[in-house]
Amino acid sequence: MIAIVDYGVGNLFSLSSSLKALGLSAEVTSSVDRLRAAERIILPGVGAFGDAKAKLDATGLVPILREEAARKPLLGICLGMQLLFERSFEYGEHAGLGLVDGQVSDLRSDLADKDLKVPHMGWNSLKINRDDPLFRYVSDGEYVYYVHSFYAKNCAESTLGVSQYGNVAVTGVVRSGNVYGTQFHPEKSGDAGLRLLRAFAEL
Amino acid sequence: MLAKRIIPCLDVRDGRVVKGTNFEGLRDMADPVDMARFYNTSGADELVFYDITASAEGRNLFTEILRQVAAEIFIPLTVGGGIRTLEDFDRVLKCGADKVSVNSGAIADPSIIGAAARKYGDQCVVLSMDVKRVDGQFRLFARGGRDDTGIDAMEWAVRGVHAGAGEIVLNSIDTDGVRQGFDLPMLDALAARVGVPIIASGGAGAMEDFAQLFTHPGIDAGLAASIFHTRQVDIRDLKQYLRDRGVEMRL
Repeated sequence: MIAIVDYGVGNLFSLSSSLKALGLSAEVTSSVDRLRAAERIILPGVGAFGDAKAKLDATGLVPILREEAARKPLLGICLGMQLLFERSFEYGEHAGLGLVDGQVSDLRSDLADKDLKVPHMGWNSLKINRDDPLFRYVSDGEYVYYVHSFYAKNCAESTLGVSQYGNVAVTGVVRSGNVYGTQFHPEKSGDAGLRLLRAFAEL
Repeated sequence: MLAKRIIPCLDVRDGRVVKGTNFEGLRDMADPVDMARFYNTSGADELVFYDITASAEGRNLFTEILRQVAAEIFIPLTVGGGIRTLEDFDRVLKCGADKVSVNSGAIADPSIIGAAARKYGDQCVVLSMDVKRVDGQFRLFARGGRDDTGIDAMEWAVRGVHAGAGEIVLNSIDTDGVRQGFDLPMLDALAARVGVPIIASGGAGAMEDFAQLFTHPGIDAGLAASIFHTRQVDIRDLKQYLRDRGVEMRL
């Protein structure tokens, strides 16, 4: 069973539908027991970092997620990936879970071409930097769907794939041990996204 | 780099897709769930569902269709039509929409844009506008293009983006249905004023029209209905054609 962490942020409908479409058993939950029982955990998220982190803290699940991430694969998606990092500078400075080294910063301030639109929204091709079982069914250069204004940086060690936006290599996929993150939405990335989720389920 | 997007739009009335639905090879040609399934696997980058139902009964049918579509479609889904309140946003988002498009509802109450952006994020709020030239001005129309609001459309767009709209669909009433190409001067005027993604709508009649559209760097996506529904233009062929002409496309 794959547990999708429910902490009152975002729309979890498409994520659970995509897992179900793959024939996987998925459960949207905030129960400690279910997170412990799950074979894998997905941490979703949309919106602003500070608000989402406060909501996640309020559930009391953070220590559980930390413990379980040492035992089983965990995947953060979009803001859920950003939460895995040490800190974010979105509207102030906020501490993240610290499961992956690096910070989350404003994309706009790093873009040399100020005419480029932010949010970085739409389909961008994913360049695979380092092979990983997560890419078992995904090829280099496939397109994935992004919607975000902040991005993870100073995380070269953990970066598995990037998407180029102007002069910025946007961190697309990270891994640190059992902990994975995708800045894009696999559940909205068509067939390529479904194949990535299938590989996650088979890790 | 980001790919340009090709977006089919499905106008749904009382549970059926209306406007140019001569799908060949599909069993039930005007069934919105069948059509969404077809587009999901035939290269569409996003889908727009527009509810043109008037009755409450039709609206319930629409939400049920949305739920079925969202459970099977793994590309972004935008929903519009009859969105006036935060409750309307909530209703369609719970059915699996990723973005919500507001048009006449925002004209009646502009505060809905900011309120929705604060609650769901800018990326969720799409400002859709129907625009027509009147006395040398780009004029904003309401109620499906029936009422001249007297509002300058470009000013309206700037206000909308300022309030939190994350994307704009510009439908030119002047080129809509004419099939002679998108309204490039109108789109350029908008691109010069706002920094959010712009989806061009109204006027697509052939593949060349999209090639022309994407020579304008400020435009992110092209939306059309009947040319896709009638299979006059196949989306995969269109995207290959555009890529051959140097346009970044997801294939």
